[in-house]
Amino acid sequence: MSTIVIDNKSYEVKQGKNLLEACLGLGIDLPYFCWHPALGSVGACRQCAVKVYKDEHDTHGKLMMSCMENIKDGLRVSVADKAAQAFRSQVIEWLMTNHPHDCPVCDEGGSCHLQDMTVMTGHDYRRYHFKKRTYNNQYLGPFIHHEMNRCIQCYRCVRYYHDYAGGKDLNVFAAHNHVYFGREQDGVLQSPFSGNLAEICPTGVFTDKTLREHYTRKWDLTTAPSVCQHCSLGCNTIAGERYGQLRCITNRFNSQVNGYFLCDRGRFGYEFVNSENRITQPLIRNQAVEAVDETTLMGHMRKLMTDHTLIGIGSPRASIESNVALMQLVGKENFYQGVSDNVRFIEKRIVEVLQTGVVKTASLQDIQQADAILILGEDIWNTAPVMALAVRQSVLKTAAHHALKHNTGIPTWHDAAVQELVQEEKGFLANCTITASPIDEISSCIAHNAPDDLARLGFAVAHQLNGSLPRVLVDEDTLAEVIDIAVFLQQAKRPVIISGTSCYNEALIRAAYDIAVACKTPDKEVRLAYVMPECNSMGLAMMQAPSFETAVLRATREKNITAIILENDLYRNAPAMVADLFFNSVQHCIVLDSLNNLTTQQADILMPAATFAEGDGTLVNYEGRAQRFFRVFMPGQATIQESWKWLLKLQALRTGVLNEGELHPEDVLKQAEQLLPQFAGISASAPHHDFRINGQALPREPHRYSGRTAMLSNLAVSEPKPKQDNDSPFTFTMEGYSGMPPSPLIPFFWSPGWNSIQAVNKYQQEPGGSLKNEQAGIHLFKYNPHAVPVYFKDIPEAFMIRNDRWLLFPQYHVLGSEELSAYSKGVRELSPETYVAMSASDMARHGLTNEHVVTIKVFEQNWDLPVKADSSLPNGLVLIPAGLHGMAVPNWNAYVIIMKGNR
Amino acid sequence: MLSHLRTMWLVFIHLFRKKETIEYPEEKVALHPRYRGRIVLTKDPDGGERCVGCYLCAVACPVDCIALQATEDENGRRYPDFFRINFSRCIFCGFCEDACPTYAIQLIPDFEMGEYNRQNLVFEKEDLLINSQGKYPGYNFYQVAGLEAGVKKKGEGVNEETPVDVHSLLP
Repeated sequence: MSTIVIDNKSYEVKQGKNLLEACLGLGIDLPYFCWHPALGSVGACRQCAVKVYKDEHDTHGKLMMSCMENIKDGLRVSVADKAAQAFRSQVIEWLMTNHPHDCPVCDEGGSCHLQDMTVMTGHDYRRYHFKKRTYNNQYLGPFIHHEMNRCIQCYRCVRYYHDYAGGKDLNVFAAHNHVYFGREQDGVLQSPFSGNLAEICPTGVFTDKTLREHYTRKWDLTTAPSVCQHCSLGCNTIAGERYGQLRCITNRFNSQVNGYFLCDRGRFGYEFVNSENRITQPLIRNQAVEAVDETTLMGHMRKLMTDHTLIGIGSPRASIESNVALMQLVGKENFYQGVSDNVRFIEKRIVEVLQTGVVKTASLQDIQQADAILILGEDIWNTAPVMALAVRQSVLKTAAHHALKHNTGIPTWHDAAVQELVQEEKGFLANCTITASPIDEISSCIAHNAPDDLARLGFAVAHQLNGSLPRVLVDEDTLAEVIDIAVFLQQAKRPVIISGTSCYNEALIRAAYDIAVACKTPDKEVRLAYVMPECNSMGLAMMQAPSFETAVLRATREKNITAIILENDLYRNAPAMVADLFFNSVQHCIVLDSLNNLTTQQADILMPAATFAEGDGTLVNYEGRAQRFFRVFMPGQATIQESWKWLLKLQALRTGVLNEGELHPEDVLKQAEQLLPQFAGISASAPHHDFRINGQALPREPHRYSGRTAMLSNLAVSEPKPKQDNDSPFTFTMEGYSGMPPSPLIPFFWSPGWNSIQAVNKYQQEPGGSLKNEQAGIHLFKYNPHAVPVYFKDIPEAFMIRNDRWLLFPQYHVLGSEELSAYSKGVRELSPETYVAMSASDMARHGLTNEHVVTIKVFEQNWDLPVKADSSLPNGLVLIPAGLHGMAVPNWNAYVIIMKGNR
Repeated sequence: MLSHLRTMWLVFIHLFRKKETIEYPEEKVALHPRYRGRIVLTKDPDGGERCVGCYLCAVACPVDCIALQATEDENGRRYPDFFRINFSRCIFCGFCEDACPTYAIQLIPDFEMGEYNRQNLVFEKEDLLINSQGKYPGYNFYQVAGLEAGVKKKGEGVNEETPVDVHSLLP
């Protein structure tokens, strides 16, 4: 800590920070543009000038940029100094000389950092009467809108896109006062993190194009804290609604999970909530009038609930509440996971490994702070994009840390100097996957092999780290890599091992665990992360129920079975043949889901389920962190309810116990704790429904929310009573506690004078640090330092190429592979076409070129797909894009026959 | 006593003063052009809607009686998809007119809005839009706004340079 004097008042501040960070941390409002907590300082915008004095006798002082000034003990500065203030307001006046007069039609308006800073400096009248510079815009794809006239040349966009996220197609062009931020020519932004430009840009140059389709100002949104539903990372988001439609997703800062950034799938994948494909009405099929109301439905259900054997099929994308409610309804022994047998087997192993508590799980923050990373068999770029972003930060930070060790004069926040010093140096990252991904660019060690070979590589590394483990025979090149990896992991203080389910290979899970345990020593923090397929895969796997195939087997053997399928398109989780067999075997089929799909078509009774925006629930992310998402708005139709509410009603029918009082999410979670001890503590993952601050609930709407007395007046001129929410501490109005809520309950970031997302620094303990009273969910896997590790010693055979047989694996895509996000227009537009990828030499051997169509034969099914060469893919493997809409699901990690087709 | 007489006298001489009351509705009230009465949405000189759906009137409204939804045409020109004013709530304060950056929303000297049914006081865009520029003739927001929305090309607006040639390094 050092003592510095600001405006003749002394403060204790942390060393190693810059003056701007210190001032903002102390609550002193100082305008800035180019600085960002995640990007560091470059001193480009000259906006944060303060007076710095030599000593207490110095009355003159000199103007310095506070973002470039290191904290020194005894530093004397003045923020309120007249000259400094005048300087700041002149700088913004210069920036505004070319800024267009278009706030009314600018999507940034109302959440604009430039507006806030202009007001803060006091510039309010234009004195410059000459012409304004203009630029032509570019088409940047379906997600980001470009309006270059608004640019103030702070360079944040390229620093983020290029330096932070590693994108290559956005840059700065031209010179002097003509600099242009954009692409070399019109075209879709290639980085899957492009959506963050809308938040990183302090003006409206880059704005959210999907929001533009149904534009709403920030002050008009009804918002609630939410958790992203599109992969297993559980990034924190803020979802906003207006007029009964979900309008946008923005980032909700959380220092443990996603920090400042989201991926495009999470940010733009929300439109499924507004889809025309939504199920809005309960249906009872095969009767004259199929759409029914709740009373009729419940009357019909009574008989089904009591006379039949009920089995429940859970879902990896439904909340813990819904899965537990289903388990309680059907009974523990009749509950099945709704994922295929091989997925269940791998996930079970992951849960087992993490439950031992031998190794800590790695949060995204831990990954950013890691100094060596080994990725074993998981294509994280496509299955967990924000994790790939975190891995990139680790690589950059480790290199910077290394470079700064010998150059003590340069502070870590000095971005330009650090980059200059680091040059091309990189921290250690070993990317061992089936095929190439953009992460290879920052990897120091790359291996592309069949999953079994990758697992062998992993076991070889474990042997290298701990000689008592069995030796693995690998070839010389691999051995060199193995030694390389082992050396770096051994030297590292905070190594992280990442693996996951996307290779459908259980040996990889064991290998990753063995490595993590083998490099564990008392003086270092080893962490382990397993990427899961869907947002609540971990939660479902922790329930340890049998797989879908087991349910199919039972359905074929027993009669009189009624299946309840919870938010799960079984045709995406099992081959069509297996799913068909299931639906033909069960007598009745009740499906709860939010969108129509192949499974809902098979339903005898269909119940409309709420999406994440219309209901409450808890998800367990890949590290076992249980996080709550809150209802954003009440759906238009009262028949749309959370699945767990429907299931509780069915349970009341079944047991005949009615009116036992309303159950809230935390009550269901408490039942989960009783039913399944592995969920102990989960009911405390968020404050309960009766949480109040000074007796007040928390408003979902900002105090400037408009149109209350007009938005529904076309229906009836008397305003209806505001909707009630009994399940959370939030109200659907702007009335309630107006201060800063605790971290899991932040519906929007706003502070007086800070309307943009930059207001987040007011919610943090220090800029870029954790939130005040941060509670980032509940960890369900407890670390046990005294646990005795048990190694896995079962090593798979090396992969053998077979004649005319190929081993089939999924190729995930950030946009397109996930079920729900693919309903968004932009995501659909950028989804890949179907293809089959083969190694170039395999293709040459079989006389195939990129123009050929091949027929893939799996079981009795034939698929005609265009073939595409993948130069990094090992021989004997083929990849098919996974999860695309309308594409049948094969058996992954199984041999297929490929027949040459037409050109 | 004296004061009573004085009062009676004062009242009496008022009989000979000019009458302040008028025979409304037979005789109409003369109102100042800036009188704050019924709210209208005006059009710009080209005949296009002036409202760009910026939501500033709605947020300025102290009784929250304005609701709208912005949308845009194929040229990127913004306009309100719907624009609703609940006049049964309106207090005719004129904040919306003050807030409007495009002179679209204006209060005009007309207060004859009595209705028997309160529901009829809910005005939609069709009821609000008039075929006139109102009090501010000649103003066209898109001519000065910088962005291109089918009204003018980049660089052809008021006080605008021609667009920057990104390939040039000349000063």
